[in-house]
Amino acid sequence: MQNPYIPYPVRIDDITVEAEDKSLKTFKFVFLSDGDEEKFAYRAGQFAELSIPGKGEIPIGIASSPVEKGFVKFTVNRAGVVTTHLHNMRAGDLMGLRGPLGNCYPWDLLEGKNILIVGGGFAFTTLRSSIVYMLDPANRSKFGNIDVVYGARSPGMLLYKDELVEWEKRDDINMHITVDGTDDPDWKYNVGFVPPITEQKAPPGGPDTYAIVCGPPIMIKFTQPVLEKLGYAHDHIIMSLENRMKCGFGMCGRCGIGKELVCKDGPVFTLDQINQTPREY
Amino acid sequence: MSEYTEKMRQIAGRLLKDCTVEMVIGFRKGTMPMMNEPCFVTAPEDADSLVWDSNCGINLANYLTNRKEKIAVFAKGCDSRNIVNHIVENKIQRDQLHIIGVPCTGMIDKRKIHGMVDGEILEVTETEETVKVRTADAETLLDKKEVLQNNCALCIHRNPVISDEMLADPVEEQTDIDRYADVRKIEEMGDEEKWQLFEDLLAPCIRCYACRNACPLCYCPTCFVDESKPQWVGKGQDPIDIRTFHFLRAYHCAGRCTDCGACQRACPVGIDMRLLTRKLEKDCQEQFGWEAGLSLDSRPALDVYQTNDPEAFIK
Amino acid sequence: MTLLTIDKQNWTKGLTAAADQYQLFGPVKDKDQHQFKALTKGQVPDLDLVNTRLSPKDLIFPQSETIIEYSLDESQADHHIMKEAAKDYSPRAVVGIRPCDAKAVQLVKLNFDAPDVKDPYWLQAYEATTFIGMACDAPLSTCFCTSAGCGPYNAEGLDILMMDQGENYLAKVLTDKGQAFADAAGWNQATPEAADAFMAAKDAAEAKIVSTISTDNLVDTDLLELHGASFWDDVAFACLNCGTCTFSCPTCWCFDLQDEVHGKSGVRMKNWDSCMFPIFTVHTTGHNPRETKTQRVRQRFMHKLKYFVDKYQTGIMCVGCGRCVRQCPVNIDIRRVCALMNSFKPADACAAQG
Repeated sequence: MQNPYIPYPVRIDDITVEAEDKSLKTFKFVFLSDGDEEKFAYRAGQFAELSIPGKGEIPIGIASSPVEKGFVKFTVNRAGVVTTHLHNMRAGDLMGLRGPLGNCYPWDLLEGKNILIVGGGFAFTTLRSSIVYMLDPANRSKFGNIDVVYGARSPGMLLYKDELVEWEKRDDINMHITVDGTDDPDWKYNVGFVPPITEQKAPPGGPDTYAIVCGPPIMIKFTQPVLEKLGYAHDHIIMSLENRMKCGFGMCGRCGIGKELVCKDGPVFTLDQINQTPREY
Repeated sequence: MSEYTEKMRQIAGRLLKDCTVEMVIGFRKGTMPMMNEPCFVTAPEDADSLVWDSNCGINLANYLTNRKEKIAVFAKGCDSRNIVNHIVENKIQRDQLHIIGVPCTGMIDKRKIHGMVDGEILEVTETEETVKVRTADAETLLDKKEVLQNNCALCIHRNPVISDEMLADPVEEQTDIDRYADVRKIEEMGDEEKWQLFEDLLAPCIRCYACRNACPLCYCPTCFVDESKPQWVGKGQDPIDIRTFHFLRAYHCAGRCTDCGACQRACPVGIDMRLLTRKLEKDCQEQFGWEAGLSLDSRPALDVYQTNDPEAFIK
Repeated sequence: MTLLTIDKQNWTKGLTAAADQYQLFGPVKDKDQHQFKALTKGQVPDLDLVNTRLSPKDLIFPQSETIIEYSLDESQADHHIMKEAAKDYSPRAVVGIRPCDAKAVQLVKLNFDAPDVKDPYWLQAYEATTFIGMACDAPLSTCFCTSAGCGPYNAEGLDILMMDQGENYLAKVLTDKGQAFADAAGWNQATPEAADAFMAAKDAAEAKIVSTISTDNLVDTDLLELHGASFWDDVAFACLNCGTCTFSCPTCWCFDLQDEVHGKSGVRMKNWDSCMFPIFTVHTTGHNPRETKTQRVRQRFMHKLKYFVDKYQTGIMCVGCGRCVRQCPVNIDIRRVCALMNSFKPADACAAQG
């Protein structure tokens, strides 16, 4: 019987500091044992439990994309006991990875459709995974137009800056990068909160267009009415929820909202599904 | 006791009707013998759900913590001392409260009574002096004095120390009570005997925290056992962690505990944690001349420093 | 299905023989209450009780269990590699478990034995266990099993169901596992003619149940309406948010994972947890989806009597054992709450009808 509590041993291969205040770091993990990477086969939107012996575990969205081989990447915000310890670790250190966990974005449903991605702050991780997946030559033709609205507090807080610049240059994806504010005279992109930029730049909703929204609660609160105004039906708005988790595979009972478990029935839900739950997340 | 019930209903109805308070906190009849359920009443017509008898051992001051309303609460002697404590420690404002003092002659101990009869207890009724216990096969009449909760048997503050009105005339306080006979016996034990006593005392603990949660003094937003940055106490069944929880909780209550007995009453496995709290109560009395919750004008002994505080423990 | 008669003289002898092949567990009196404990060879369970204070769920799902071990000593080759802790799942048997607790194990199994992911610790302990149940002939006034999908002679989850006939026990062997135990104990006196007596005793026991709940409306009541009902503040007021109900309940299964380090080595443990505890759902940011007592109390009753009903469509997550009713320090009664939930009518439904 497979033991879902036992993590795959991994080594930290590389650490990149993403945010100017050092609160966000991207960790690149490689699997120690042959065959584990194949067993870990994941889809964009899923998460994993980063497991540090002696400290605990944290559920983090997978930032790397299934089309990227040889490693898995996670961008982690320093917040509590485990994340602080992780931030103090170095390349070469060993730990564990459990997963992939959760459901993914509904890729089968999204084929042939136009996609609007709206992301804020450090919730952009699984959205990166999705964008890299869709832009891969093997997959790009499966999707229609791709629009991305991504904002952070300031230029220094944007994740994956180099990649954002590269994507902006492409003509098979429309990037609308924005910051809440900046005093950088050379800032080339938008200035403004994500909800108004979405209202200005996003394509209208319709039967062939889906929105994937990932961000802090405050962003979601003000983006939802904008999407509704643009004509996005609640079952065409896809979101990824967070909740306190421990086991990550639907057994410890902690992350439940009504009869859904965020770690197993989610974390990806449509707004329609979320509206049918008691909002305890 | 039934006169107490009648009076409580009248007072509650009156206070709600003339809007002196927004809610009345008391007890309603439980579904189990010897149990009542703490409840709140906001509509005058619901005042008739209130009851009072010798099964009102849960401390209602526990339900006042951080509330914002104007509240009427029924308070026995011990409860009233906890209300004083709450006001001194800023957990509720004096002007929010309309305290109805309930002179008390003691609550009965359901565990003791279960131990005295065979078979499932179906009904328990009481008079001023007696308790009648009915099982399927028999009816047993017990002397109420024999089946009081231990803390009530040793009580020296039966009358409320603070109130806005009194439910009844004061009752006679007990005199010549030795509150610490059992504590002294333990103090005199050798180390190994003491260790074994504490091991046996705490062995049944299942870390349900009923004791902590029933206690009006335990109101920390994050209890030390729940703290993770840093984590002080393990969460498993390691006896070291269990002992840490109980001993440290007793110390946190030192100089504040009124021996209301709610902790012991709430414990589902019958642990006598009052052995720990009363040891510290004795220490506070002997070292600082202090008794908790008697006056709004003094802060608890461990809250203040006097230059002549005993220092014998500094070697 | 065989019906055996076990002479009480053969009872101890049989258990002692079976103890060669099984680790036996049974009720043992501990001061004033009974608890399920491991029996030493030759020790018989004390069956003079209605039920134990805490449920026997800890025989398969211990309150605190080490699941992973690791070394943090960097001089060791396997440092920081997390390994499954060694366990002993040699055959064991629970003797004297009541039908309510046995059915509860089946309800808990729905959680730990899901189609796509399984808890190997729970499942292996379960599969190693033979359940020898003792029917109830004298239920308590707080037992409401017959209206909670169970009953004093319910066979679900049992390998053998026994009843006490005074001079002897009757034992219904229900499964192969049960047969294997009967063989090990040397109980082989088949008495099919006793079937009528068994049925009669079952009917008599069921007639003694005086407490019932109604659950017929729970499925059809709208989840969000029930969640928004106005009675939750009143239900929750007395609650102390302690773990008594969840820890004594045989169908509660929420758990926590905790790492503990001693020097240069450590373990990861699985501990019972409770939705009643305030920090159960608190996020690292401090945000708590269930920060008020009312939300937590509502969660427990909604989970047991509505979410579970909707999710598994096999009735409520309660077997009517009555432990929470007897032990809640403030007498919050699940039977009363179930009545409130079952008779609940959304406000606009009433308006529409009226």
